Amino acid sequence: MMHIESPKQLAEYRKKCVAEESKYTRKVLVCCGPGCLANGSQKISDEFKRILSSKKIKGFSIEALRDTGCHGYCEQGPLVIIEPDGTFYTHVKVKDVAEIIDETIAGKKVIERLLYCDPDTAKKIEKYSDIPFYSHQTRIAFRNLGRVSQCDINQYIAIGGYQALAKTLADMTPEQVIKEVSASGLRGRGGAGFHAGKKWATCAGIQEKPHYVICNGDEGDPGAFMDRAIMEGDPHSVIEGMIICSYAVGSNQGYIYVREEYPLAVVNLQKAIEQARELGLLGENILGSDHSFDIHVSRGGGAFVCGESSALMKSVAGEVGEPRAKYIRSVVKGLFDKPTVLNNVESLANIPVIIDKGGEWFSKIGTSTSTGTKAFSLVGKVNNSGLIEVPMGTTLREIVYDIGGGIRDGRPFKAVQTGGPSGGCLPESKLDLQVDFDTLTKAGSMMGSGGMIIMDDRTCMVDVAKYFLSFLVDESCGKCVPCREGLYQLHAMTVAVSEGRATEADIEKMEKLSDMIVIGSLCGLGKSGPNPFLSTVMYFRDEYLEHIRNKRCPAGVCRALIQYTINEKCNGCMACITACAHHAITGKKKEPHFINQELCDKCGACYAVCQHDAITIT
Amino acid sequence: MSHDRGKLEAIFDRYSRQPESLIAVLQDIQKEYRYLPGPALLETAEALKVPLSKVFSVSTFYNAFSLTPKGETVVRICVGTTCHIRGAKVIQQQIENMLGIKAGETTPDMKFTIEVVACVGACAMAPVVAVNDQFHGGVTVAGLKRLVKKV
Repeated sequence: MMHIESPKQLAEYRKKCVAEESKYTRKVLVCCGPGCLANGSQKISDEFKRILSSKKIKGFSIEALRDTGCHGYCEQGPLVIIEPDGTFYTHVKVKDVAEIIDETIAGKKVIERLLYCDPDTAKKIEKYSDIPFYSHQTRIAFRNLGRVSQCDINQYIAIGGYQALAKTLADMTPEQVIKEVSASGLRGRGGAGFHAGKKWATCAGIQEKPHYVICNGDEGDPGAFMDRAIMEGDPHSVIEGMIICSYAVGSNQGYIYVREEYPLAVVNLQKAIEQARELGLLGENILGSDHSFDIHVSRGGGAFVCGESSALMKSVAGEVGEPRAKYIRSVVKGLFDKPTVLNNVESLANIPVIIDKGGEWFSKIGTSTSTGTKAFSLVGKVNNSGLIEVPMGTTLREIVYDIGGGIRDGRPFKAVQTGGPSGGCLPESKLDLQVDFDTLTKAGSMMGSGGMIIMDDRTCMVDVAKYFLSFLVDESCGKCVPCREGLYQLHAMTVAVSEGRATEADIEKMEKLSDMIVIGSLCGLGKSGPNPFLSTVMYFRDEYLEHIRNKRCPAGVCRALIQYTINEKCNGCMACITACAHHAITGKKKEPHFINQELCDKCGACYAVCQHDAITIT
Repeated sequence: MSHDRGKLEAIFDRYSRQPESLIAVLQDIQKEYRYLPGPALLETAEALKVPLSKVFSVSTFYNAFSLTPKGETVVRICVGTTCHIRGAKVIQQQIENMLGIKAGETTPDMKFTIEVVACVGACAMAPVVAVNDQFHGGVTVAGLKRLVKKV
């Protein structure tokens, strides 16, 4: 690989990359994003490689086979896309690969069976751009995901990568970069929504050196995986965003903090950093300028609190991740007590586009106070699970129904949970809310990093609150009392509600306690800790009262208050008897079974395996 | 622990014995031995010139570290929000019953360890179980037997 010494040389290098890419008119893109990988897409890619390495096909070479980042539509995965036609194959299995090669790649024929079927019209749709899930989206942070190989700097450069960096170093002063980012109105995608331009300007204005740039890849909110998809599938976007940021704020050293649960993200980022170093896009005198910058990948240790800025910086420094009070913000006194800009993965992935197309262009997307787009992981009891990116201001209804395709199994919508453990649950009456930073906060939830978990009538809101509180009790670092002890008590009281042991007065106590935790806690984890309780009790108070007054869990979830029985639909298939670990179910083959309530542990295994709807929860 | 100084020295050298690389060093030790053996903690403190108390506090603060040995196969059950509402609890209980241990424990023959993890980031495929970092999505109670058998 050559060492690129100037923006002009980068332009020449790019020409070569484009010429190389244009050799491959037909490409096979195998999605290797988080969802498809969990569905075995690596085996599919290997099968393609195995067959194609021994088979010659006219007009197609094995270099045109790509393991790409997440395409988003995880529900339909594993996905295989044939470009340039955009033929979209869903639920691909290893045994389909030979047929795809013979029919579609060699024979240019579409395999009907593997196409997406629109559930409304029952029609098969060939091109992915015609599928409703995609047609409602605007992709900026996800712009390259699913288009290029996961870690290939040449492909990234061919589709316009590192052009924004060249423009920055050749034509812009640091002040101009900050001005552009400020004009874009970009707010922190990690959840807090702080203006990126303001943060950069503060850091740049501080005399004390060195300055640090950190990318927060500690995507700790359970139910969110947008950042994982970007770090694994398009690491160069993040790296380019960081280099531009470092130039703007005058930093020579950056860190990417990746959570422990994402080993592949660490590998891909490290590979991408190595590629950028080899080309001279990281290191001393980048593109012949005076600016030098390098990046170190720091692996987390599996602690949710380390997503909080001051805790994260402690962890990067090899210490216990306990947050500190932020009378002095981390942009002034951050990593190693030096001025530090911390941005989230998605925020940084937006930067190259902002520089390329201008802050004003970006600011026209979305709403006036929340500009641009936002990536969400749309998951839970929704038909189309996956990763999506929509303009800010899109309504929850559009997301759940137009993109998400409504609720699974035709059940009623109950709530949408946003913002992770710090966020809240919004009921059906709030479905027409616009999704942006301020609207969601006003409604008692928050944007958070972008997890959007859809719940149906089979989800108990008391159980959801209990779940999040138990998570937060585990993850509280224990430094300050309101969080450590307060959340513990709040959790214990939620357990009492779920077991029918609470009184109505307890709800008021819980609300008071929540207020104290919010006021007294040191960091964001504690301050927003009671949100899961507060938002559910605000919108689903009746459900709490049903647990307390009538000792009933309407959703059929809280174990202490429910009973599993077998109804007349039972055909005696024995599946539940085999599944029951407590030997609570008796019966003969082809004869109705019976659950012994004394022995039943209410684990729900029988309900999960029954194919005949023969288990009733009361 | 088979006391292998060479391996530890190589890990310390990989990070130039920098005190701020403590977490990375411990991660590599954990990877090597599948847990953090006591003597290794003592040597880490010495090599990186950090107090043993700090090594201990970091080792016990982060979930990634374990002071007790783990089994050859680590079954990680995702209990993230999406997995939770799609029935991770039932899955967890079934796996616990099959292996005869609770989450966080290791079988006496050192073959299996069950762990719960708060989200592996494959939410669209919930519920998810990872067996030695190999993800399995859309896990069902009925399909679990096959999965465990394969392992």
